[in-house]
Parts: sequence; C-alpha cells; structure tokens
Amino acid sequence: MDAVLELRKLSKSYANHQVAVSGVSLTIQQGEFFSLVGPSGCGKTTTLRLIAGFEEPTDGDVLLKGVSLRGLPPYARNVSTVFQNYALFPHMTVRENIEFGLRRKTQMRAAERQKRVADALEMVQLTGKESRRPAQLSGGERQRVALARSLVLEPDVLLLDEPLSALDPNLRKQVRSELKSLQRRVGITFLFITHDQEEALSLSDRIGVMNQGRLEQVGTPQDVYLRPRTRFVADFLGTVNWINGVGVRPEATRISYHPPGEGERAVPAVIESSLFLGNCLHVKTRLITGEPVVAQVSRLNGSYGCGETVHVWWHPQDEIICPQ
Amino acid sequence: MKLPAARLCLLPAAVLILLLFIALLLIVCAYSLLSRGAYGGVGLPRSAESYTRLFDPLYASIFARSFAVAAISTALCLLLGFPLALFISRSGRRKNLYLALVILPFWTSFLVRTYAWMFLLRDTGLLNTLLLSLGIIREPLPLLYNYGAVILGLVYGYLPFMVLPIYATIERIDRSVIEAAADLGAKPWTTLTQIVVPLSAPGIAAGSVLVFIPCLGAYLTPDLLGGGKTILVGNLIQNQFTTARDWPFGSAVSLLLMALVMVLLLLIARRNQEGLL
Repeated sequence: MDAVLELRKLSKSYANHQVAVSGVSLTIQQGEFFSLVGPSGCGKTTTLRLIAGFEEPTDGDVLLKGVSLRGLPPYARNVSTVFQNYALFPHMTVRENIEFGLRRKTQMRAAERQKRVADALEMVQLTGKESRRPAQLSGGERQRVALARSLVLEPDVLLLDEPLSALDPNLRKQVRSELKSLQRRVGITFLFITHDQEEALSLSDRIGVMNQGRLEQVGTPQDVYLRPRTRFVADFLGTVNWINGVGVRPEATRISYHPPGEGERAVPAVIESSLFLGNCLHVKTRLITGEPVVAQVSRLNGSYGCGETVHVWWHPQDEIICPQ
Repeated sequence: MKLPAARLCLLPAAVLILLLFIALLLIVCAYSLLSRGAYGGVGLPRSAESYTRLFDPLYASIFARSFAVAAISTALCLLLGFPLALFISRSGRRKNLYLALVILPFWTSFLVRTYAWMFLLRDTGLLNTLLLSLGIIREPLPLLYNYGAVILGLVYGYLPFMVLPIYATIERIDRSVIEAAADLGAKPWTTLTQIVVPLSAPGIAAGSVLVFIPCLGAYLTPDLLGGGKTILVGNLIQNQFTTARDWPFGSAVSLLLMALVMVLLLLIARRNQEGLL
C-alpha cells in the first residue's frame, strides 16, 4: 500500500490565538476509508479545510502523493470535497453540477466528458434526473449529486464533511451502507469527517479520534473501541463504566445474583432500574461507593428488580486500561 | 407569529397610497382627456388630441433619447456597482463602514449635490481652472451642458440603488457554494462569472430597475447638468406644466411613460419567473 495523503505536524491557529488544529500528523493509504471523529470544535473540519486548501496552515504541511500542497489554491489540488450542506450550484441542473469540474479541464474532449457524466449519473443512480435543479431533489438525491460531482473528477482523496448529518435518521443508515459499497467500487481514498462514533466505527478501515485540536489516537475500529489509549477516546466512542480505575463497556458488564467464577472481576451493586429494550435489557446499578454502572445484558438471563443486591462482574480481558 | 392587528398595520400606508397615488393618477388620466386652458389648467371639451400628438416623431425621438440615456446610465451603474458590492461583501469587519459611505451622499439634498457637480464641471469650475492653471489645456473643456454631464450626474446619483440590492444578494450566497467551485477546479474569474454573477441575478435585476426607472423620468439632472440642451421625457413633462401650459399633453406624456415602465417591469418579472433564478 502507498501513502496518498500525509499530514505533517499540521497546525492552525487564528489571530485571536485560538488554536483549531495542533500538530496533527497522519498518513492515509491509497484506497483507505479513513474517518476523523471528535466532538464539535475538536478541529476535524478545520483539518479537512486545510487539506482542501480553503485555509492555510500556520505550521506543518500537507503532502498529496508525496508532493507538498503548501501555497496551492483549492483549484490546483487534486482533492475534492463533499460539503455538509452539499453546496450544490442552485442555478444549475444536476448535469451541469456534475459537469462543472470536468469543464474546467479544457483539454478534455466533449465526448469523453459526456461519457464520464453519464457514468457518474449511473453510479449514483440519478440517470433520468439530470435536468432537474437541486431544489427539485430530495435530501438523499442532493447528497448523491454532491458525491457524483466530486467523484467524476477522480480525485486522489475525497474529503467528506459530515455528509450524512443533513439526512433524516432512517435514510442515514441506508445511505451509510451505500457510501461504503460506493467507496469499494470506485477505489478512491475517502477521508470522512463525523461526530457520530457509530458511523465512524461501521464505515472505516481506520479511525482518528480528535480532541481539542489534537489527534488522540489512530487505529482500526476494533483498536480504538476495545483498546482506547486515553479516557477521552474510550468515552467518546461509547459508554464506559469506570470502576476502580479500569473501564468496562456496558455490553461486557454482566450481572448475577451469585458470585462469578474464579478469575473474574466482581463488585457488589444495587439495581436502580431495568429497561426492556426488546433485544436486550438496559440495567442501571449503583456500587457501594456510589458510582453508577450500566450493563447491557441478555433478556434470556432473567429480569432484575429495583433495590436487589447483585454482583456486577466482567472478564479481565474486557477491561479498558488507559493512563490518566 | 400572527399579529391580530396585522390588517390595521396596513391601514396608514393603504390610505396614503389610495389618496396620493390612485386618486392623483385618476386626476392625471382625466386631465389627459381634456383640452388645455388659456392660462394653464384644463377645460372642456373632452379631447383625445393629446394622445394623437404623441405620435409626432419629435416626441418619439425624445422618448428614444431618454431610454438611451437611462440605459447607458444603468449599464454604467452596473459596471461600477457590481465590483463595488463584491468588494464590500468581502471586506469583513469594514463592511458596515463601507455601506455607510455608500449611503453617505443621501445625507445632503440631491439638488445641492447636483449643483456641486456644476461647480466642478463648468468652464470656470474647479476642474477646468485646475487644468488651465497647470497648462494642460488652453481653452476650458466643455464638461457641462451635454449628455455626458447628464449621464455622469445620473450615475453618481443612483449608484447606491444599484450597489445595495446587489450587495444584499451577494451576501446571501452560501459561502460553501463558492468554495465548492474552487474545490472543483474553478479559478477565481470562472467562479465569479459562472457562480457569483448568476446567483446575484435577482440583485442585479432589482438594482437595474431601481436605477433605470428614475433615470428614465429624471428632469432635475438633465435640466441642471444638461442646461436645457438635453430635452428628456422628464423635461418634456415639466415644460408642459410650466412654460408650455399644456396640462392635458403633459398628463398624456406622463401616462405613456408610466405605461412603458410597467410593460418593462412585467417583462422582467416574467423573465424571473421563467427560471432566471
């Protein structure tokens, strides 16, 4: 595998000394689906804007296929962006939107351009809607136009800035799987920005977790979810019960009336509530020390009554241990 | 939020329009169909003569000239106003300062400002005096009392009406749309012509209408800066009510002017509906 995009100690601060991105170093491989996740204001969108060239870094560098992009305007960078609100050209039809980038390549013949537009329309299943205006399309269709408009240029990296957040929740899951299969088909490197950890975990080959302008951890979804290096990463990617300094995910937390077997970790607790979620039970308990612990347990193991004293336990290998 | 007194809020403006516009318009209509009185004013019998006189080629040429002057002034306002509006919208925190400067001339009367131009442009004016004393010219340049001076005065007077609506539409353009154009490979000039100008079309249309219509009916500027050598529709109408004392004909000319403007506005409105936007 070859590195397609490399960030070297990329930093961006503003005139008021506000630091948006601080020393982010990262290498993304050709064909990878890489997600940058973090809470709003963590610097992930600024990182993307630095790569696209909408903003210039105060320090560090962006390399595309080994070549520095320093000082290059957005139109001279072979990366393309899918904006959060899609930023389609409202006065142009679907076809004109998709053609826009190709028309800037003056050496391309009209026949070649037509063919690529037709292919792009087919790829995002918008054939037949090419003469509509963005205002006449649904949210999902607009998002597909935005994708087609960028992918038709065959960029080295496609930058996606929370492209699913403007869709309604039902559509979001469907589009999510479409996006993943699209990426596999076209083989273009995706750099995906999201604040939704579930989206990142389900789509990505690798994930980078950002916090306050810094990259806290980079790894596969399993790596960052099961072996987070910082408490922030652990907490951001899902609920964690912190018990005596170690973390246990709710789905790894078990509950029983009897003490567990040898080699397991256990603490006594009192049931506070038990919610039936259909496929599982969501049980809230409180330790003697006063800390809350939640567990997601199988409904097949019976139910729990409020105020009952139980043993909360887990396997040692499920523990999350990260330095404070 | 729905206000219970919404209709009541309409009342003052409605009364004003009804009295001052519609009622007066009806009076003008009536006047245009009467005969001229001996000392101004109107009298019987009823007559359509004012309208038949409009077909005189003399008046057609005055109308044509007025349209040309208004069109040229509008085009110049657009040429100056669009870049200015673009500049202001890209000025960050100084925006409000620049907007205030655009509106600043309105603080003094239009008449005073037109006289100021006369002082600048006349043979013994500032500009000619300066050029003469520097030895650049020997004879004063004929800067005043011609169409050039009239158009200059109109462009100067109505430029803010072009700048403000264009500025408002440029401000409303989603910034990410402009970034998207650059992202897709468009150089700044292409982004301007393919994205910013088309998306400012409503502002350009509004500004052009706001400049063109008052320019078409202008009489003060042609009178003062044209020195009576440049008879435009506005002067024609004015003359009928003053020196010529032909109120019916003056009424007919102003109604024709109004009809032409309305046809023009309808055409623009239809174009807008047809998906210019």
